[in-house]
Amino acid sequence: MEAADKKTGQPMPGPENQEPNTSVPEPASPWKVAFRRLRKNKLAMIGLGIILFFIAIALAAPLLTSQGYETMNGSDRLQGPSGAYWFGTDDLGRDIFARIVYGARISLFVGFFAVTGALVFGSILGIVAGYYGRWVDMIISRFFDIMLAFPSILLAIAIVAILGPSLQNALIAIAIINIPIFGRLVRSKVISIREEEYIMAAKAQGMKSGRILIHHVLPNSTAPIIVQATLGFGTAILEAAALGFLGLGAQPPTPEWGRMLSDSRQYIQSAPWTVLFPGISIMLVVLGFNMIGDGLRDALDPKLKQ
Amino acid sequence: MTKTEPLLRVTNLKKYFPIKGGVFGRRVGDVKAVNDVSFEVYDKEVLGIVGESGCGKSTTGKALLRLIEPTEGSVYFQGEDITAKSPEEMRKMRRDMQIIFQDPYASLNPRHTVEKILGEPLLVHGVGSKAERRKKVEEILEIVGLPKEHASRYPHQFSGGQRQRIGIARALIVRPKLIVCDEPVSALDVSIQSQILNLMEDLQEDFGLTYIFIAHDLSVVKHISHRIGVMYLGKMVELSSNEDLYSEPLHPYTQSLLSAVPEPDPDMQKDRIVLEGDVPSPSDPPDGCAFHNRCPSCMEICKTVIPEFREVRKDHFTACHLYNEEQPVN
Repeated sequence: MEAADKKTGQPMPGPENQEPNTSVPEPASPWKVAFRRLRKNKLAMIGLGIILFFIAIALAAPLLTSQGYETMNGSDRLQGPSGAYWFGTDDLGRDIFARIVYGARISLFVGFFAVTGALVFGSILGIVAGYYGRWVDMIISRFFDIMLAFPSILLAIAIVAILGPSLQNALIAIAIINIPIFGRLVRSKVISIREEEYIMAAKAQGMKSGRILIHHVLPNSTAPIIVQATLGFGTAILEAAALGFLGLGAQPPTPEWGRMLSDSRQYIQSAPWTVLFPGISIMLVVLGFNMIGDGLRDALDPKLKQ
Repeated sequence: MTKTEPLLRVTNLKKYFPIKGGVFGRRVGDVKAVNDVSFEVYDKEVLGIVGESGCGKSTTGKALLRLIEPTEGSVYFQGEDITAKSPEEMRKMRRDMQIIFQDPYASLNPRHTVEKILGEPLLVHGVGSKAERRKKVEEILEIVGLPKEHASRYPHQFSGGQRQRIGIARALIVRPKLIVCDEPVSALDVSIQSQILNLMEDLQEDFGLTYIFIAHDLSVVKHISHRIGVMYLGKMVELSSNEDLYSEPLHPYTQSLLSAVPEPDPDMQKDRIVLEGDVPSPSDPPDGCAFHNRCPSCMEICKTVIPEFREVRKDHFTACHLYNEEQPVN
């Protein structure tokens, strides 16, 4: 390396060597930059607060409640909110507050596993379709199209009808109906990244296609996937509630919010609190995920905002 | 420059991009981006390729590295036909043949640090341990004129000129023999262009590199090249040494191109050859000579017969019927 020694002491002078150095003192990865932007977004922070709040009450459920969500107090049926029952009681005399708190566990559990399942399978299919193209893409994309042609809740009902109504099957059904949503997103992102010049550069360096896929295509495709996963969390919870409402999800006495709505809907006039609190809970969780999802989208891709 | 076995020999290279149309996406035509180009590049030589936008110069550069798969033709690198290589053999050969891209903003992965960008080529070719690679990255950064502390930064923290230095370092770090420079300075400010050009010139001499230097700026190419090829509509129309091309351009297209170079003296009167019309579509090039419908000295033969690309003066090739009478010199 004689040439190196010759040049070591004399880096090229010029304005380009100084200018950005002063403005950016330490290395900032694109993730850190995005996180800083997210911190400044008030709505996203409120959303994050709501989610963290529900996670906290789900974790601390036994500490927050004086009685179990199954305990029936025969003499206290359809009582309004009071000091003893903060959110009132339902038609079987169960404490609605306890059911809401334990229900948070169910909803977050369903949201997490349904999104994870859809994300994993959708991403694999999307990457394969996007990177290999041609007939592989044809088959996978048509499969997605067929699934998307059904109204999603109808497809979920059909899947649960085949598997039998239970919380676990509802979760599987929600994961399946969300596969094409993630799959198409990943596919389109992979297709656009594949044409980037740094991918051609990676090929020119002599990298194998597997390495290009994992080290170059995937890291640049994650931003929209993270956003979709966050938004999908809310949707999955909503879908679980819908299936629960239809009696196809969690079975009694599981305190699932959708199921609670359905079981109490005949008392909406006489005892509105029985539907009000599960309804508000569903709304808040979904709202929280949507707010943080929107914030993430703006933070990860600031070009989209304007 | 000694005339020995060329480092790179391109013969009858063609790249046609299909135009799909109709209900069933049938192939209804071709964009003839590179249409039968042949040339040789010798060891430690800088071959400039100039031409207007869309004449196929970048496609030529990428096709001869098989970054775009050529439709037809052969590329011999050190005597071996690389178009016949398997993907794995080709992957290994890439260590010797690198490319610097035009756009330093698009050609660096935004999620990788400089260290990863520069270390990855070494990694995939199995060079050294992690610590050795780190050392090589720091060395190469200093060679291209960047502080070695910048290794931990991300591309978005650099200016265009600095990014292009990283692009150059990436091509150079595996110690290739040939580098295709695809308009490496045209995306940069004029003030930075000369710095990058000087750097590339120094590197060429220090490391004994061979460049194929693609550009649309004649002054840039003149500055750096030993020989220059002029392309028009997917074809090479003239190829000669730097001096010959500028002092005695043979092809009418080259003559008009050179006459369009602006002069810094406003009082100087210059005979400019202004071409009529536009470049024809490369999907439907004219019969005969591709340039005949714009050529100021067009003859009957030009409209029907494609001129042969031949050596009409010593080491001076052109594809033009005007020089049919001249005997090839040997």
